[in-house]
Amino acid sequence: MTIKPWKKILAMSFVYIMLAITYLPIIVLIIFSFTKSRVIGVWSGFTWELYAEVFRDSEIISALINTLVIAVISASLATLLGTISAIGIHYLKRRLKNAASTINQITVVNADVVTAVAFMMFFLAVGIPGGYVTLVITHTIITMPYVILAVLPRLRQLNPNTYEAGLDLGAGHFKVMFSVIMPQLIPAMISGFFMAFTLSLDDFLITNFNNGWEIETISIYLYTKLTKSGVKPVLRALSSLIFVVSMLVLVGINVYSKKRNKSNPIMAIK
Amino acid sequence: MKTKFKRSHFAMPFFLLNVIFVVIPLIILLINAFKGDDGGFTFSNFVKFFTVANLKTLGRSLIIALLTTILSLAICYPLAMILANSKINKTAILVMMFIVPMWINSLLRAYAMVAIFEMLKVNNSYLKVVLAFTYDFFPFMLLPIYTILSNMDKSLIEASTDLGSSSLKTFAKVQLPLSMPGVISGILMVFMPTLSTFSISNIVANSADMYLFGNLIDDYFTNFFYNVGSAYSFILLLIIGVVMLFANKFSNNSPQIKGGSVI
Repeated sequence: MTIKPWKKILAMSFVYIMLAITYLPIIVLIIFSFTKSRVIGVWSGFTWELYAEVFRDSEIISALINTLVIAVISASLATLLGTISAIGIHYLKRRLKNAASTINQITVVNADVVTAVAFMMFFLAVGIPGGYVTLVITHTIITMPYVILAVLPRLRQLNPNTYEAGLDLGAGHFKVMFSVIMPQLIPAMISGFFMAFTLSLDDFLITNFNNGWEIETISIYLYTKLTKSGVKPVLRALSSLIFVVSMLVLVGINVYSKKRNKSNPIMAIK
Repeated sequence: MKTKFKRSHFAMPFFLLNVIFVVIPLIILLINAFKGDDGGFTFSNFVKFFTVANLKTLGRSLIIALLTTILSLAICYPLAMILANSKINKTAILVMMFIVPMWINSLLRAYAMVAIFEMLKVNNSYLKVVLAFTYDFFPFMLLPIYTILSNMDKSLIEASTDLGSSSLKTFAKVQLPLSMPGVISGILMVFMPTLSTFSISNIVANSADMYLFGNLIDDYFTNFFYNVGSAYSFILLLIIGVVMLFANKFSNNSPQIKGGSVI
């Protein structure tokens, strides 16, 4: 059965139109980051001024630093803890394994706003003030399930006898874990890390309720500026920078994983 | 007595962390939901929910979530069908290009939509919010449907046409039913977040025009009415639970909700 050429053209034009709609808002924002006009749609001459403003704005710089520090620490912790957890879960008996996978789904399925306020009430009850500590804890906990989901399928593909072989050859459990099993999981751990990292960067709600109302991340900064204090042109330059950097990182990861012919982390779902 | 360490004991930190930081916080939230101003047990926090204004807010949230889900499905099903058809589209690059923006901060994508609305002078709040939500969440609909359609056994479709069904009938009787698990998981992954998100809607529209269920919970907690806020959070949780149960009934070989549709 062949498809008629006109049907093929029609189908592909639908795809390309949707693709154009997907990228149009981003492109418009990037174009108007090179002009100082107050509203988008009015061109008032080319300038790099908005980009200079981004780097002069100490609030933006500190929000960027906070975001990256929290994302790197919590994604690293989530990757380490998530991988160890996944290995443990993999070797659990069936009933406990099912319980673990249900528990692992709680924060994934739950509404972010409910997770966020539950964390807040918890920290209030145990008396930990909102700040870096609570942000690192919450971001680690909400991203860990995704690391586990990334690592578990890879574990199933491993030779089931390697663990036993390690023990028989005289290594302890921890030695087997860190020098036999984990090295084979590195590709899955990398994609788990990137998922955790992006989710942490993307988070607004959890941060909003657990930052002690003072630590600003990029999401908090954007939300405050976009909803409360009026949209400033400098946001266009900041957004364009983040778009371009995110795109470059994504292309980088993709090229790297193509080269090593490993599973593609970008295609794995958030 | 010293128990011997087993490899499954590596799962202990997982259970410990989840009990402390996931289960206990939810229990604390539940206790607070039943706590009155005097600290005693009460149902009044739940009763307070049933006002006309609150029910209107819930209705608005449901309508927005429903419209977003329908629009996403209407766009993503044909898109996934084309992208999964190896006679039309031979590479995975196009799928990737639809997925990539999902990895960019969702508030930034909402802001990019504001830019478009400003240029096109779109003023209707409902329209703006539904379009922005669809823009932010449609990859979650596209990915599971695409995955299931591209993994589908093509010989089933050939068999159906060989046996004389028209292509429309083949679609309705073979392809659509087989792709239902993907559709259901897509619907859940769009419907659930849109029901409770308020950050994106507040960015594209004025929160006074577009006051959603998430705004309600947010307002109670930012104004320190923790007990009422906790009760409302549980009402949201209940709605999510009902939707999940309903969805699981629909797809009996239930796909894992999120994360399960890894390519």
